[in-house]
Amino acid sequence: MYKIVRKEYLANNIYLMDIEAPRVAKSCYPGQFVIVKMDEKGERVPLTVCDYDREAGTVTIVFQTVGASTKMMAQYEVGEYFQDFTGPLGCKSELIDEPIEELKKKNILFVAGGVGTAPVYPQVKWLKEQGVDVDCIIGARNKDLIILEEEMKKVAANTYVATDDGSYGFKGNVNDKIKDLVNNEGKKYDLVVAIGPLIMMKFVCLLTKELGIKTIVSMNPIMVDGTGMCGACRLSVGNEIKFACVDGPEFDGHLVNFDEAMKRQQMYKTEEGRAILREKEGATHHGGCGHCH
Amino acid sequence: MEVDVLKRVPVREQDPKVRATNFEEVCLGYNQEEAMAEATRCLKCKKPQCQTGCPVNIDIPSFIREVEAGTNAEAYKVISMYSALPAVCGRVCPQESQCESKCIRGIKGEPVSIGKLERFVADWARENGIKPEVTAEKKGKKVAVIGSGPSGLTCAGDLAKAGYDVTIFEALHEAGGVLVYGIPEFRLPKQTVVAAEVENVKALGVKIETNVVIGKSVTIDELLNEEGFDAVFVGSGAGLPKFMGIPGENANGVFSANEFLTRNNLMKAFKEGYDTPIFKGKKVAVVGGGNVAMDAARTALRLGGEVHIVYRRGEEELPARVEEVHHAKEEGIIFNLLTNPKEILVDENGWVKGMKCVEMTLGEPDASGRRKPVEKEGSEFVLDLDTVIMSLGTSPNPLISSTTAGLEINKHKCIVAEEATGQTSKDGVFAGGDAVTGAATVILAMGAGKAAAKGIDEFLSK
Ligand SMILES: Cc1cc2nc3c(=O)[nH]c(=O)nc-3n(C[C@H](O)[C@H](O)[C@H](O)COP(=O)(O)OP(=O)(O)OC[C@H]3O[C@@H](n4cnc5c(N)ncnc54)[C@H](O)[C@@H]3O)c2cc1C
Ligand code: SF4
Ligand code: FES
Repeated sequence: MYKIVRKEYLANNIYLMDIEAPRVAKSCYPGQFVIVKMDEKGERVPLTVCDYDREAGTVTIVFQTVGASTKMMAQYEVGEYFQDFTGPLGCKSELIDEPIEELKKKNILFVAGGVGTAPVYPQVKWLKEQGVDVDCIIGARNKDLIILEEEMKKVAANTYVATDDGSYGFKGNVNDKIKDLVNNEGKKYDLVVAIGPLIMMKFVCLLTKELGIKTIVSMNPIMVDGTGMCGACRLSVGNEIKFACVDGPEFDGHLVNFDEAMKRQQMYKTEEGRAILREKEGATHHGGCGHCH
Repeated sequence: MEVDVLKRVPVREQDPKVRATNFEEVCLGYNQEEAMAEATRCLKCKKPQCQTGCPVNIDIPSFIREVEAGTNAEAYKVISMYSALPAVCGRVCPQESQCESKCIRGIKGEPVSIGKLERFVADWARENGIKPEVTAEKKGKKVAVIGSGPSGLTCAGDLAKAGYDVTIFEALHEAGGVLVYGIPEFRLPKQTVVAAEVENVKALGVKIETNVVIGKSVTIDELLNEEGFDAVFVGSGAGLPKFMGIPGENANGVFSANEFLTRNNLMKAFKEGYDTPIFKGKKVAVVGGGNVAMDAARTALRLGGEVHIVYRRGEEELPARVEEVHHAKEEGIIFNLLTNPKEILVDENGWVKGMKCVEMTLGEPDASGRRKPVEKEGSEFVLDLDTVIMSLGTSPNPLISSTTAGLEINKHKCIVAEEATGQTSKDGVFAGGDAVTGAATVILAMGAGKAAAKGIDEFLSK
């Protein structure tokens, strides 16, 4: 049993929780994920590690209530327990194993869409702790959907907010902002890390390919075990089939077949589920890229 | 009860038409009277051939003698000396190619139903609350066992009996390995049989820590150097599914058998009230011919589909147990033998709509001694389908080997270990079961777990 020790409501049905899980907290790194199973009858829900405290033995997760399971998860309160909490799973961000001196030479831009801001945060924070300064764009449809802005500002050298409707920060989607930075502000980037809805990552990759900037994306396909046992999470990357749970979740965005991944993500989405998605603008859609209307 | 010495006492089964619509156990097993009657057929041979056919060398005539006498508790004691999971083995061992294939009675007539008798004894013991006995005094040494499948459970049980302090680390949320995630309820009841056998192992003092992925949550070196374990047994199985590499394989509606079975068995998708979804195909093809393929096919059938087995060789070459093939046919599974998939056809929304197949003939025997299937030219045809389940075998997961320096693996990604002791290339690390052999059987995994427990005991007694 794994105790919930903190719970916060961030925005737009997005919740943050700290969970007591000493083994995971001790060994996890940015880029990895965990699997949460709430109770006997629950699904195994994969969620990216959003922060961790090795001393306190806690791991932070952030989730948006899109389906039945995440809605139920939001009902849990501080002091209650999740039955199962497994991890860390997947590979750590490849930045973690690069020599710090190399990283310091690079100009890195993080692009976070909607709830994708949560998994971006620990990477930026880790880099800051190593003395590496990076830029970050947070994109969403409007001001109310922006999360973790204050936290991000503390760890990123420059934090840019972009909203589709211009209700806050730059008016336009994240791609407009990337173009703005590169074309108008004379920024040069060697690496982009984009995490957000599939459709956003797809279009960011199309743009960065044009601009010739290597891009890493974090994939979150349907999973069951998260240990490489079932192949539910498979993706086409280049000419190869990869299992996101063991080979990823981060991949070279210019090689990922996003169209296939988007189709696969629909597999268990019922009509009812889709209706809720449309209504609530959930995590798998409308991350603020502006391409989905 | 009258017995024809040439024939087995028939075992009661659920009617095929009824069972095709439920997940209750197919075989109902012997009752006391039937078991005692079947036991009389055994000749209690001086040189029992059956015993030589058993991978863990159970003293078969001795336990059958006790069954005949009606002293079931004694029979259980005999079996427990050799096997930690008799209720499982009695159900899923391929007896027809092991003990029963060697039985003298089989020369003229049918061999003794050794498996069904073993099952009877184990079920009786469970229903009567009989537990295996703990004897040895504590050794004060700690052993970590990775994986809670048959090899891990057996190794842990034997080490606990020998007085070691044993902890099993299991990646999933439930203990049992393939017994819980792979083999379906209708062949191996999870609550009554598997959970009870796991409880027996716990009753010996074994601790089970679930949700720990060795290589990720903690490494083998950390277990040895930081958590104070004196030895490690790796029984992590061979869980990595293979795909064919044909076009359309990533379409919606194509699953590995592992995914399909895990959703249904471990996550209980077939049961009301459980949250994990499963796609209930109306026309399903299962590609492959092993036990796993039969299990996937019979599960899809119970979920309401018309189900085809597509296998590239012939009936005789089917690697599945004879009993499973027989049950599958009785239930209405359609066998498309000597047929190989070429391409999965996909509709505009990314869903499976069919599978292009080609007929095969059997040519010359290949390196494995089996006749090699060759395509018949111009014999292509299309099966209309909405679901394809790939059951092409599995290989060991590289999670452990890739995170443990000095642990040697072979070209099939299997851990290299000595058969007699389980000793690997790394000091203090032992291995056995599917992780070493590649996908095999429950009883071979148990045998390897036993051998390794002995190997570890010798290593730690030095
Ligand atoms: C559908 C199906 C039907 C079968 N039918 C039969 C049958 O009828 N008869 C028969 O004899 N055999 C059958 N088999 C084969 C048999 O089940 C296996 O050979 C046997 O279970 C192998 O046992 P094992 O202990 O080596 O591994 P497994 O049972 O595979 O157990 C390995 C365990 O280790 C865990 N693990 C893996 N990696 C890690 C890690 N890094 N950290 C922690 N834990 C980890 C896994 O989650 C798993 O629980 C069948 C197999 C399948 C899939
Ligand atoms: S070989 Fe057959 S008859 Fe002989 S002891 Fe074994 S089960 Fe009995
Ligand atoms: S989730 Fe099962 S293999 Fe990745």
